[in-house]
Amino acid sequence: MHSLLLRAAEEGETVNPFIPELYDIVWSAVCFAIILVFFWVKILPTVKKILDERAEAIEGNIAKADEAQRQAEAALEQYTAQLADARAEAGKIRESAREDGKKIVAEAKDSATVEATRITTTAQAQIEAERQAAVVSLRTEVGTLAIDLASGVIGESLADDTKASAVVDRFLADLESSESASAGKK
Amino acid sequence: MNLLVPSATDDGGFHGPSLDEFFPPGFLFEGTPFEINRIMAIRILVTIVILVLFWLGTRKMTVVPRRGQSIVEMLLGFIRVNIAEDLLGKKDGTRFLPLLTAMFITIVAMNFTGIVPGLNMAGTGVIGLPLLLALVAYVAFIYAGVKKHPASFFKNSLFPPGVPWPIYAVVTPIEFISTFILRPVTLALRLLMNMIAGHMLLVLCFSATSFFLFTAGGWYSLFSVGTFAFGFAFTIFELFVGVLQAYVFTLLTAVYIQLALAEEH
Repeated sequence: MHSLLLRAAEEGETVNPFIPELYDIVWSAVCFAIILVFFWVKILPTVKKILDERAEAIEGNIAKADEAQRQAEAALEQYTAQLADARAEAGKIRESAREDGKKIVAEAKDSATVEATRITTTAQAQIEAERQAAVVSLRTEVGTLAIDLASGVIGESLADDTKASAVVDRFLADLESSESASAGKK
Repeated sequence: MNLLVPSATDDGGFHGPSLDEFFPPGFLFEGTPFEINRIMAIRILVTIVILVLFWLGTRKMTVVPRRGQSIVEMLLGFIRVNIAEDLLGKKDGTRFLPLLTAMFITIVAMNFTGIVPGLNMAGTGVIGLPLLLALVAYVAFIYAGVKKHPASFFKNSLFPPGVPWPIYAVVTPIEFISTFILRPVTLALRLLMNMIAGHMLLVLCFSATSFFLFTAGGWYSLFSVGTFAFGFAFTIFELFVGVLQAYVFTLLTAVYIQLALAEEH
């Protein structure tokens, strides 16, 4: 490199690569000025604008995504709240059903007791009536028997114990026979 | 247009590349400040190509990018994020973004013409453009510093705080030379010399190939395979150098601006 330059310097005094010609500077300046102005005025503002737009678009998308997430979260919250409500309501319904069931059982128990009481009362009344009827018929029969016994007693002397007992035995035998007779008649 | 092998085919002898290639004869407006030669024409062409490409790439921009738009956005995003905002922060990065973007795109595109067949000469291969861009960077960082610290920029640059005063006798000249002279000079020369060297290498390889293949003939033709392989490799290398130099130039400009902005401490 160095030798080349040296040789060049020896060959021609006019050629010196470090001393610019005027036209060299002029055209350099013209070309660079055009390029500089072109980038300054046109290209860089255009690119900057598009980059800003892109940044905005990305930010917009991020905002949109945030919004969507917020909505989803709100919906989830709502669902959770509804679910809790539904659970509470179900619990309430179950509770009231249980109470209703208890009430029904109690009522049934009550009515059964009443029925039992009624039945018992009726039965007792019936028994009482039957007893009354028995008492009435017994009284009639006892009356007859008493009259029969009395007439028998009056017909015999009551002084003698043996007699008396014989009378009674006869009466009972008569009674027995009359009964068997009536049973035989039947 | 085939200036790659200008001398090898003329008289049969082998001529290496020469610096004259960087000063081709003008064909328009000769002798005026607007003289156009081959390299100036390449620069104008590159400028038009840049305008057309970026116009097409940003013509119908959509929020969801298509392929072409993605490439343009990726390139501009690289400059914005990796150079401007990394070094200068969001606010100052945005302020100086147009300058840095135009700088990077210009240098990359002008560098690439060095390997475009038919053009074969980097737009940055003559000192005018590197020097101009270095001066722009120079003005930019001085402007940034003076605007931010109107009273103290030059004082802090030349008399760094916290240094015992007798040392200023040494420090101040060093600071002056490194900040206000070496910075633009190195910026311009680094780019220029890379491009000149790249061009020289390519010309050397391909003119040697041509010489071995067509002029020397016989068994020498075999050498052409080697020289062509080197030429191919250096073409790929130039592609890399073109991007790297643009990155370095733009990055250093951003660094100088950043230093000027943060001069206080």
